[in-house]
Amino acid sequence: MNLNNKYFLLAFVFSQILILQSSLAQDALEQGRALTFTKSKGNCLACHIVENGELPGNSGPPLIQMALRFPDRSILRNQIWDASVVNPNTVMPPFGKHNILTEDEIELVVDYLLSL
Amino acid sequence: MKIFPLSFSMLILALVISGQVYASTGANTGANSGAETDTGENPEQDRQALRAYYENLFPGVPADAHKDGIYAIDAPSRAQWQEMEEFPLYEIAVDEGEELFYTPFDTGVTYADCFENEGAVKQLYPHFDEHTSSVVTLEMAINTCRATNKTTALEYGSAELNNLSSYIAFVSRNQKVQVAEPKTAAALAAYKAGKRFYSTRRGHLNFACTSCHIQLAGRKLRAEKLSASLGHVTHFPVYRFKWQEMLSLHQRFAECNSQVGALPFDLQGVEYRNLEYFLSYLSNGMQLNGPATRK
Repeated sequence: MNLNNKYFLLAFVFSQILILQSSLAQDALEQGRALTFTKSKGNCLACHIVENGELPGNSGPPLIQMALRFPDRSILRNQIWDASVVNPNTVMPPFGKHNILTEDEIELVVDYLLSL
Repeated sequence: MKIFPLSFSMLILALVISGQVYASTGANTGANSGAETDTGENPEQDRQALRAYYENLFPGVPADAHKDGIYAIDAPSRAQWQEMEEFPLYEIAVDEGEELFYTPFDTGVTYADCFENEGAVKQLYPHFDEHTSSVVTLEMAINTCRATNKTTALEYGSAELNNLSSYIAFVSRNQKVQVAEPKTAAALAAYKAGKRFYSTRRGHLNFACTSCHIQLAGRKLRAEKLSASLGHVTHFPVYRFKWQEMLSLHQRFAECNSQVGALPFDLQGVEYRNLEYFLSYLSNGMQLNGPATRK
């Protein structure tokens, strides 16, 4: 095997890793989207407008410009975990505290929301 | 900007804050758990304050209009509902209820002997009975009439009982809710237990009744607008499309509890009877317009 072939092989493997990573990231976003939209899980559409979500409620604020509104990821995560910590009168269910979503599921939802 | 009356602010604060007091317990809490939140208000002040709150929230909608529930504040679904009312699906229940009402027990008497004015008595319920120190509902009175006539009690939520109460609701139409103001310590305690139940957060979703019907009234969950608390008792029993059958007020309470991920209480148990007492007092003066059709 000459040097060129080696470099080619390395480049090929590296590119495959990148493709795999990005498709994994896409999968994760898709999972987060499904959790956000599913009635028995996040059911965020019950109260919030979400891009491409049909028949959203208007009881909570629209979920737009999320990365701009939540530069600190942990604030968004904590809001989903138990919003009553910040606002005792909130109607938002405590998704983490009441085990409506698991820790991993909340992370997936946060990833998806930050992509909006 | 309108300045809210002090009593209104106190009621909403009390309802929202007392909901929070119980929020920390997370799961379903019984009506008697936790400390009582006594903000010094009285039932008549609560009623006036709530009416003022909704009149402020829904300009142009008189408080009494909420007897039609969500159809008072949602024009498109009101139009659909009025079409449903042309061939009302509760008519069968009313007819069957009427037949039962005049069918004699073995003793020879009928319900008409227990309920005067040919059954137009819904406005007398619920009321607080000082002898038994508890809230008496129409459903209980129907079973009391049966017991007096040596007949077994009907199961709460059964078709037969809902048909009878549908008939009584029908002939009581246009009477007004007239729950006597709770004055004695026992009556006030029942009222306050109902009020505390209404503002207690429960279930997986951590919602109190007040979360949806006071805080978010008029807003939407998915495509459904949330109705006001006022008038919730005036139109039961209802024919509910979702269930394809008649449904009592307590069955609707149980459905609400289940929907927020909490265990429902017993139909006609002390929790729901106190809740009915509290809600009915708030709807005092409103027209009885049951039975009705609901989505």
